[in-house]
Amino acid sequence: MIATLSWLLPAATSEDGGFTPPTVGEFFPGALFFANTPFAITRINLIMMLMAGLLCLFMVVAFRKPALVPRGIQNLGEMMVDFVYKSIVEEILGANGKRFAGFLVGLFFFIFFFNIAGILPLIHISPSSVIAVPMVMAVAVWVVFNYVGIRKHGLGHYIAMNVFPPGVPKPIYLFITPIEFISTFLLRPITLTIRLLANMMSGHLLLVLFFSATWFFLLESDGLLKIFAVPSFLMGFAFTLFEILVSLLQAYIFALLAAVYIQGSLSEEH
Amino acid sequence: MEYLAEITGSLNTIGYGIAALGPGIGIGIIVGKTIEGIARQPEAAGVLRVNMFLGIAFTEALALIGLVVGFVFT
Repeated sequence: MIATLSWLLPAATSEDGGFTPPTVGEFFPGALFFANTPFAITRINLIMMLMAGLLCLFMVVAFRKPALVPRGIQNLGEMMVDFVYKSIVEEILGANGKRFAGFLVGLFFFIFFFNIAGILPLIHISPSSVIAVPMVMAVAVWVVFNYVGIRKHGLGHYIAMNVFPPGVPKPIYLFITPIEFISTFLLRPITLTIRLLANMMSGHLLLVLFFSATWFFLLESDGLLKIFAVPSFLMGFAFTLFEILVSLLQAYIFALLAAVYIQGSLSEEH
Repeated sequence: MEYLAEITGSLNTIGYGIAALGPGIGIGIIVGKTIEGIARQPEAAGVLRVNMFLGIAFTEALALIGLVVGFVFT
């Protein structure tokens, strides 16, 4: 069991047994299966499958036999779904938000489960910290908010509504139109991607920094320097707790921004 | 030519430090104003909190772009 799990872990020490600080290469592990094909499966892909499986399992266990008075894991599941539904769907989209509830709740849970992998023991890296995952989700949000906007207003009106904000003196449109176009249609998915990616990446880097410093001070340094392992470990522990908060917050913010963008393309002229 | 001081290592770290300044101030203002608003009108806390997270998300994006740029332009 331990052997299989440690096979999944990146090498912590080099061959000669000395201390080697982890590098950014950790985000790009080598292929484990199907190497040199487009379907190469790396450690991070395995984590994605594992977390997606866990999410399915959680949902099935929580809502398989729904009781009127929820208990145990159903309580947890209902609490989280309720949180997304009340604080994102109803708050932002209002009455006509019900048809997006599935999309937004799915987005929230998917991102949360992927993020939380960053602090799970023996996994320790979040799939959201490789660019593909946040990018695909941001593109999904981009497609959805443009699709509903075009469906509701028609293509021409939808674009005009976004790039010509009303109540602006005519000559100013010369400046505002390109800015609005870039910020609505290009920067929105890019910032969605970068926000999630950079948050998870920097979180991982912070944890690696503190725990590898603990390792270094405790095992490699000599004399009084060993004392520094204590504050380093405590900081690492504190940031682990902080990472739980960040995982939840980033999932919330991603779903919230998706809801705001959908609301923006659904609403009448504002 | 003689140098008074010399920098070795990556300038990216300094760049990220500078990039974090503005968003840091911005997030401080956003959260501070939200708390002020909640203190003045506690029943508006729900709406204010949502808008606070939105504002933080937009402001924070700048700092995060600074972080990513450090990796991209090495």
